[in-house]
Amino acid sequence: MARRYFTVAAFAGLIVAIQLATLATGTAYYLTQLTMTAYYSLVIVGLCMLIGYAGQISLGHAGFFAIGGYVAAFLTTWDLKSHQGAIVSLLSKSGALVSRHDVYGGSLLTVHPWLACAAAVLLTVAVAYLVGGPILKLKGHYLAMATLGIGIIVYRIVLGTEFLGAADGISEVPGFPLPGGLLITGDSSSRVSNYYLAWGVVILGMILLLNLIHSRIGRALGAVHGAEDAAEAMGIPTARYKLHTFVLSAVFAALAGVLLTHYNGGIGPSEAGVMKSVRYVAIVAIGGMANLWGALSMSLVLNYLSLRGYFGTYDDAVFGVILILIMLFAPDGLLRRHLLSDLKRIVSRDPEGEEAP
Amino acid sequence: MLGGMIAVTLNGFLPIPLAIVLAVILTTIVGAVIEIAFIRWLYKPSVLRMVIITIGVSILIREIALHIWGESVRALPYFTGSSVSSINLGGVYISSQVLWVIGIGALAVAALTAFFNLTMLGRQMRACAANRDAARLCGIDAGNMVTLSFMISAAIGAIGGAVVCPITYVQYDSGTPLAIKGFTVAILGGLGNSTAAVGAGMILGILESFSIWVLPTAYKEAISIAILLGILFVKPSGIFGSAEAARLKEF
Repeated sequence: MARRYFTVAAFAGLIVAIQLATLATGTAYYLTQLTMTAYYSLVIVGLCMLIGYAGQISLGHAGFFAIGGYVAAFLTTWDLKSHQGAIVSLLSKSGALVSRHDVYGGSLLTVHPWLACAAAVLLTVAVAYLVGGPILKLKGHYLAMATLGIGIIVYRIVLGTEFLGAADGISEVPGFPLPGGLLITGDSSSRVSNYYLAWGVVILGMILLLNLIHSRIGRALGAVHGAEDAAEAMGIPTARYKLHTFVLSAVFAALAGVLLTHYNGGIGPSEAGVMKSVRYVAIVAIGGMANLWGALSMSLVLNYLSLRGYFGTYDDAVFGVILILIMLFAPDGLLRRHLLSDLKRIVSRDPEGEEAP
Repeated sequence: MLGGMIAVTLNGFLPIPLAIVLAVILTTIVGAVIEIAFIRWLYKPSVLRMVIITIGVSILIREIALHIWGESVRALPYFTGSSVSSINLGGVYISSQVLWVIGIGALAVAALTAFFNLTMLGRQMRACAANRDAARLCGIDAGNMVTLSFMISAAIGAIGGAVVCPITYVQYDSGTPLAIKGFTVAILGGLGNSTAAVGAGMILGILESFSIWVLPTAYKEAISIAILLGILFVKPSGIFGSAEAARLKEF
C-alpha cells in the first residue's frame, strides 16, 4: 500500500525534476512535447490495463482516441447561432453553451467544453460497450483483426466526413477551462501549468489503475489472464470483467483524445490511423505488457523522442521494428514484472515456457 | 503491393511478361525470407504473436518501400490495348485488363485447387493445417510447409498486385488495406477454402461498389471492414465454411 504511493510520489518527483531541468537549461519549449507525451501516455496506461491485465489485445485504440478528440473538437467549434430553436435556447439558458469570438472577431455560440467532454466520453462508452461485447468473445488473430477493423472504420469515417473536416481535421478548438482560472491550451504562456495539468491527469489515472489492480477486480483479471477457464470455474464473471476493462481503457483513450485536442487546438485524421494504434501496442509491449510503470516510462521516452522528431522519416518503422523485436524475443514484454526471476531462470538454462495470450 | 511495385520497376528495362514473372519470383523469395527470419525458429508461437509480428513486418516493408520508391503512384501499362480501349461483350463494354484480371484470377484458383487436392505436397499442407502434430507423426515437415505456404501466398499476392496495378495503380501504402480486405474475404469464405474465397471476394467487391449508392465513396473501405466485423460477430467460420471445420483448427 505505502510502496504503491511511494512510486507515485517518485514519479511525480521525476516530473517536477524534468520541469526544473528544462527551466535550468533554458529549454522550456521541450515542455510542449512533454505535455503531448503525457496525453499519449494516458492512452497507453489504459491500453496496458487491457493488454497486460485483462489479456486482450486491441489494435484499435487510436479509434477511441479519435472518437473522443473529434466529438470534443466538433462540439466546441460547431456554431449553433444559426440553429435557433427551443433546444438551443434551453441549452443556452442552462449555461451549457458558451459564446466566444473566433480568430476573425466574429462571435460563435458553441457547446461548453465540459459538456462536449462528457458527450465524448459517453459516446465512447456507448461504442465500446456495443462493439466490446461481441469483439471480446473472439480470440487470437480474430480479436486482433476485429479491433484493427474498428480502428480503420473510425479512421475512414473521420477522413470521409465533410463536417469533421475530412482530410484537414478540425482546427481552432478553444482551450479547456478548469476551476481556478486554469486553461488547457497550447498557448506558450501557460506552458508550465499545462505541463503539470497533463501529468497530473496521468498520475490520477495511474492511481486509479493501480488501486484497481490491487483490488478484487484486479486480482480477478489476473486470474482471467492466467487461465480463463479456471477463473470462470472459480465464479469470476470473466466476460463482464473483460468488457469493463475494455470500456475503461477506451474511456482513457477518449479522455486523452479530448484533452490533447484542446491542447493542440485541433485534431486530424492521422490521430485515428492504424499506425497510431500499432504504436500504442508497441509501447505497451516494450513496457512489459502487465507493467503499468514500465509502459508509462517507455511511453514518456519513446513518445517524446518521436514527437521531437528524433526518428525522422523512420518514425513508423522504428515502432514496427520495436514491435517485431519484442514479439520475437520477449513476447511477455521487455520490462515485465518478474524480469529478475526470469533472467535467473534463463541463466540457469531452464526451459522457458511459452505463455498463451 | 510489393509484386506490383517490383513489376513496375522491372518493366523499365524488361518486357511486361518477364517483369511480372521476375517480380513474382522476387516477392516469393521475400515471403520465404520473412517466414524463415521471423516465424520459423519460434518455439510454438501463439497465433496472436504471429499476427503482431506480421503486422510489424508489413509496416517495415511499407516503410522500406517508401524509402526505395518514394510516395509517387505508379502503374504498369495495360497488358493489351490501352486504358481507353474496351471490348464489347454482348453489349457490355469492359476494359481488356479486367478480362486479364478475371482470367488470371481464375487460373490461380484452379491451380491452387489442383495443388491442394491432387499433389502430395498440397495434401501434406492440408494435413498440417488440420492437425500439426498428427501431420508431423506421419513424417511431414511442418516447418517447411509453413514456409511453403508463406511463399505460395506471397506469390499469389504478387501476381494479384501485378495484374491489378494497371487499373488500380500502386503506391507504397496500398498494401495494408488490401491485406485487411484479403483477410475479410478469407474469413468470409471460410479459412482454407480458395474456391469459396473467390465467391466471397466477389460478394464483398459487389457490396462495396454498390454501397456508393447509399453512402459517400469515402466510406467504401469502412463497408468491407464492417462486413468483416459482422461476419466475425455472427459466424466466425465464414459463410461457406462449416462450423465443425473451424472448430478443428486450433486458433
